[in-house]
Amino acid sequence: MLEIKNLHVSIEEKKIIKGLNLSINKGEVHALMGPNGSGKSTLSYVLSGKDKYEIDDGTIEYNEKNLLELDVDERANEGLFLAFQYPMEIPGVQTSFFLKTAINSKRKYLGQSEMDALEFAKLIKSKSEDLNINTEMLKRDLNVNYSGGEKKKQEILQMSMLSPKMAILDETDSGLDIDALRIVSEGVNKLRSKENSFLVITHYQRLLNYIKPDFVHIIADGRIVKSGDYSLALELEEKGYEEISNSA
Amino acid sequence: MAATEQTIKQVNTLGDTDYKYGFSTELDEIRPPKGLNEDIIKFISTQKEEPEWMLDWRLNAFKVFNKLPKPEWAKLNIPEIDYQDCYYYSIPKSLKDKPKSLDEIDPEIIKTYEKLGIPLKEQKMLSGIAVDAVFDSVSVATTYKKQLSDLGIVFCSISEAVKTHPDLVKKYLGSVIPVSDHSFAALNSAVFTDGSFIYIPEGVRCPVELSTYFRINAMNTGQFERTLIIADKDSYVSYLEGCTAPMRDENQLHAANVELVALDNAEIKYSTVQNWYPGDKEGKGGIYNFVTKRGACRGKNSKISWTQVETGSAITWKYPSCILQGDNSKGEFYSVAITNNMQQADTGTKMIHIGKNTSSKIISKGISAGKANNTYRGLVNILSKAKNARNFTQCDSLLIGNKCGAHTVPYIESSNSDSMVEHEATTSKINEDQLFYCQQRGLNSEDAVGLIVNGFCKEVLQHLPMEFAVEAQKLVAISLEGSVG
Repeated sequence: MLEIKNLHVSIEEKKIIKGLNLSINKGEVHALMGPNGSGKSTLSYVLSGKDKYEIDDGTIEYNEKNLLELDVDERANEGLFLAFQYPMEIPGVQTSFFLKTAINSKRKYLGQSEMDALEFAKLIKSKSEDLNINTEMLKRDLNVNYSGGEKKKQEILQMSMLSPKMAILDETDSGLDIDALRIVSEGVNKLRSKENSFLVITHYQRLLNYIKPDFVHIIADGRIVKSGDYSLALELEEKGYEEISNSA
Repeated sequence: MAATEQTIKQVNTLGDTDYKYGFSTELDEIRPPKGLNEDIIKFISTQKEEPEWMLDWRLNAFKVFNKLPKPEWAKLNIPEIDYQDCYYYSIPKSLKDKPKSLDEIDPEIIKTYEKLGIPLKEQKMLSGIAVDAVFDSVSVATTYKKQLSDLGIVFCSISEAVKTHPDLVKKYLGSVIPVSDHSFAALNSAVFTDGSFIYIPEGVRCPVELSTYFRINAMNTGQFERTLIIADKDSYVSYLEGCTAPMRDENQLHAANVELVALDNAEIKYSTVQNWYPGDKEGKGGIYNFVTKRGACRGKNSKISWTQVETGSAITWKYPSCILQGDNSKGEFYSVAITNNMQQADTGTKMIHIGKNTSSKIISKGISAGKANNTYRGLVNILSKAKNARNFTQCDSLLIGNKCGAHTVPYIESSNSDSMVEHEATTSKINEDQLFYCQQRGLNSEDAVGLIVNGFCKEVLQHLPMEFAVEAQKLVAISLEGSVG
């Protein structure tokens, strides 16, 4: 699904990612853990195609395509989804309208006809119920005056509406109380299947109690320093980043 | 197909060229020679078979025009206009013999309007909009006439009204915009060719949207639209105008005068979607849109509401205003002005508070992209007798890129200490993180800009009649195409 080889990335001449390798297969959930400034968020932006990041070396293959050659919207429409750490507010644009626009952009890209209003209403209703989202919220402007928890739930709602092949969750757990965390995790777990993959970026092991990863990677100073299974997350919780990074 | 549907479909199918209405239609035309003089004015008047008082009015306006300087207050770079190098009257020959029904109209003209998405045929008029279409200098057809006249509503071309309702025309023409107001107003008064006339009798609520479509087709032709709307006591009318012109290298002049009069308890809602040809990317060609629009709230509790979406024209110079004479009268101005490439716009409003308890509201959204300049210029004037007058003004500017400009010039003059005037203004740049967020959800960059800008304009667009709000949203997106890399 996703194959990152020897990736080197800098921003304004400052090297952030320094030779990162990562391979994610169909149906797998990978957790990427690391301290602040280790390059976690940068990786999520590079994968989704945000500009200002300079790719100095390396390759990224996604679904047998050269990911780096695709525009941001092409990547999205090819099934790559980023759940943002800080979702943007868009005043004057109703949340449900935004969702419909996103779905139809993807359908247009795939050469499919637009989703009609009835089908859309059904879909959004069932997905909202799954995530315990009050549909009144969808009438408000996108992310405007949403609480931190509402914004994150909104991201997961968008994810489940768009049913991506490869979803990246960038610190989705930050700022969530335990109830919201559970709802968000359930949303992810419902979507998990043999057909799609996840890259869950987080500081804390806490989230991984709810979303059980197949693999855990620890990133430090722009490289993956240690990989393992779920037990690595538990070990990290016990020993801390420094000890693990140093022992690697 | 319903008119709305057809319009939307039209907008959709107009493909990828930069200006979607840039075709012209081959027609034989009747035109006097170029130039501006008394003979031309007499020619226009004769062609229109006008009564003598109308010709005298025109000739007087021409005298006034010759004495007035060009208005200089706007932040615009207006090239010297050679009034002698322009045609002032042009009609397709086939319209000369006044078609009595739509079947007699030149099919080429009907086709032009179909291309524009303006269905003239009555059987297509399912969406409840009565259309008067102005092609160069003459009014082509007014649909729904019979249904409206049963209610006593007069909706016809101004040329026709001069003949059929001379008392109303004499009483109100020039009563809101005096001939001597400024030189464009005087020019229009001298050479106006056509436009709409509406009279809503006492106690009548006009059941359909009234609409006019203006199109400049002939080369080197100025279009001098004159519209007069009178809402008698306790009446209501909603009117919408749309405008397009073919792509041409030379500039063309459109100098319109629009006068509205609302008597006691009457309400007029006037909406404009202006999409004249804006010129090419280097600023060649395009329409000079010099428009004077003014409404008088003469009666108590009367209300006039202007909504405009200005996306076209090389230069827009336009200040739809309200004179709030009647006690408790209300004026509103909702505006979206978009300038891209080399376009210039200087637009805003004047709210003149004269009566007691008068209130006004101004919401202006200016969007600038490319190398364009966009100015909001407004005046809120509260006279000494206007006890308890209120105004709220909000001006927001959005910049796309770093070569464009946004300017806000609000004047507030208050001579009454009871009045309350509020002014809010913001300027922002389109946020790259917002764009990235939208693109990550699958929208291409142009759709993303369209979405964000439409969100920015929402407060204004929601005041447009439903059918046109959709078209306006598309237009907003289309006019910003190519504004982000």
